[in-house]
Amino acid sequence: MNSDLRELYQEVILDHNRSPRNRKRLDQPTSQAEGHNPLCGDNVTVYLHSDGGMVTDVAFEGNGCAISTASASLMTEAVKGKSLAEAESLFREFQKMVTTPGEDASHPELGDLEVLAGVRDYPVRIKCATLPWHTLHAAISGVNEKVSTE
Amino acid sequence: MSASLTHRKQLDIAKIRNDFEILSENANGRPLVYLDNAATSQKPRQVLEAVDAFYLHANANVHRGVHFLSQKATTKYDAAREKIQTLLGARGPEEIILTKGCTEGINLVATCMSSPNSPLGSSERRQPYLGVGDEILLSNMEHHSNIVPWQLAATRVGATVKVIPITDSGEIDLDAYRALLKSGKVKVVGIVHVSNSLGTVNPVREMARLAHEAGAIVIVDGAQGGPHLRVNVQDLDADFYTLSCHKLYAPTGVGVLYGKKQLLEGFPPYHGGGDMVRTVSFEETTFAPLPAKFEAGTPNVAGVIGLGAAIDYLASLGAGETLAARLDSAFEKIHARERELTEYAMGRMAEIPGLRLTGTAPGKAGIISFVLESVHPHDIGTILDGEGIAIRAGHHCCMPLMARLGVPATARASLAFYNTTEEIDALVQGVYKVKDMFDREAAPAARR
Repeated sequence: MNSDLRELYQEVILDHNRSPRNRKRLDQPTSQAEGHNPLCGDNVTVYLHSDGGMVTDVAFEGNGCAISTASASLMTEAVKGKSLAEAESLFREFQKMVTTPGEDASHPELGDLEVLAGVRDYPVRIKCATLPWHTLHAAISGVNEKVSTE
Repeated sequence: MSASLTHRKQLDIAKIRNDFEILSENANGRPLVYLDNAATSQKPRQVLEAVDAFYLHANANVHRGVHFLSQKATTKYDAAREKIQTLLGARGPEEIILTKGCTEGINLVATCMSSPNSPLGSSERRQPYLGVGDEILLSNMEHHSNIVPWQLAATRVGATVKVIPITDSGEIDLDAYRALLKSGKVKVVGIVHVSNSLGTVNPVREMARLAHEAGAIVIVDGAQGGPHLRVNVQDLDADFYTLSCHKLYAPTGVGVLYGKKQLLEGFPPYHGGGDMVRTVSFEETTFAPLPAKFEAGTPNVAGVIGLGAAIDYLASLGAGETLAARLDSAFEKIHARERELTEYAMGRMAEIPGLRLTGTAPGKAGIISFVLESVHPHDIGTILDGEGIAIRAGHHCCMPLMARLGVPATARASLAFYNTTEEIDALVQGVYKVKDMFDREAAPAARR
């Protein structure tokens, strides 16, 4: 097997794809948003519960590839318990990591999210990784419209 | 079997692969295995040389200049139209409208059917062919390009789009189709000749006969029919038939709309502009006869000449006195070759545990869609790409079909006559690698 692909499909990613964390509907979210990738038809709904500027709970539902499912799963783990401002900052950092080609800088602030760094070498798959984050961003901004990667 | 007999009956694949230089490329450090022919086919050297020769030695605008080059360009351009006429078996060149693609051909028909054909400069108002309460039947396996133009047309005139259901194996439910035709309101039937997702070859001749009995017009989306079948529009009795020429070994940016002369003549123009008019004044404008009436503006001259060369190339794979005879003989060989490859591929794919083939109609064309348990098609596509294997993953512009199949997407390997059984073996091996990658942690995870 191609070693670059092993880099992309790391065990953590495969694990989150197989057993996604927080894949459920939240009963009474403070906000939610839908994200859609028209290229592949994948969709994700992010449910957010916040209180006093803190992410008290976050979950997602949807159909997608291993990259988008793992990204959504890892995202929910990363932002739960953080402030909304910290979640937004993680979104920016994450986006920077996956869209900066050839960047090898380490991202300690991203923690487990760093396993998705390999996506930057697969331009057509970057949107798979960022879709859940764009959708979270929309939920935080209170925009209840559909988000599109296009 | 003697060598000469083999030569007469079969394609010389090694020789053909030399004509398609790109097939010798590497992709991601591996020999390219190109199995995305339904998205676009590769182009033989002969087509590229014809385009080059046009720009090097004959480039000018067509149907305009009196000068040497313009006449040379016009002659080549018009000759290509006659080759297309022969390819499709149309009655005359005026029934061949050159477009920028299959999509534009369908939009032309849907737009013209939902627009009034009122004479310019007159107060007379004529009703469009489609009206309030009319029904447009489209199959559940149509490409978005044979759905959306009809939704737009239906909205324009207050007509309704209805769906011809399909069976689980991916075939038209003909009984349901007959029942739908009984409403007495069906004015248009849109049907894909060969499904781009399933490979199903639809019974277009029978469907056209039934539609005509019910007084409806039939438009056939031939994007995949053109490359795989010897099409004869008169035999099918299709009212309209569209081609996507970049899937037919020709350059991008060229499509063909075949239409019965009488129907095209009854249509209002689609685009207005140069070349489609007879006389223009601010008071009254009259239109050119077919086919110019539907070809406003400078066409894709080089692309059309490339298409002519692609038809000549296909014909060169056959034998015979006339272009039609050579195409008959070539398509017989192409069909036999593609059947052999398809049966081999379907058999080998079916052996892979956890793989489900979507589209198993008998006699299907070389379009093999599949899904794997617990691996999304996009991940299949990326991992195969790492092996140099090009397939398509996604909804294939057939979202209603994916909904019918109950999958978000499929992986699709689509064949051309230049593919080999070795390439299919590479695909099968690649799919096993996908499975290995995704299964490698499954066992420990299951233990947790």
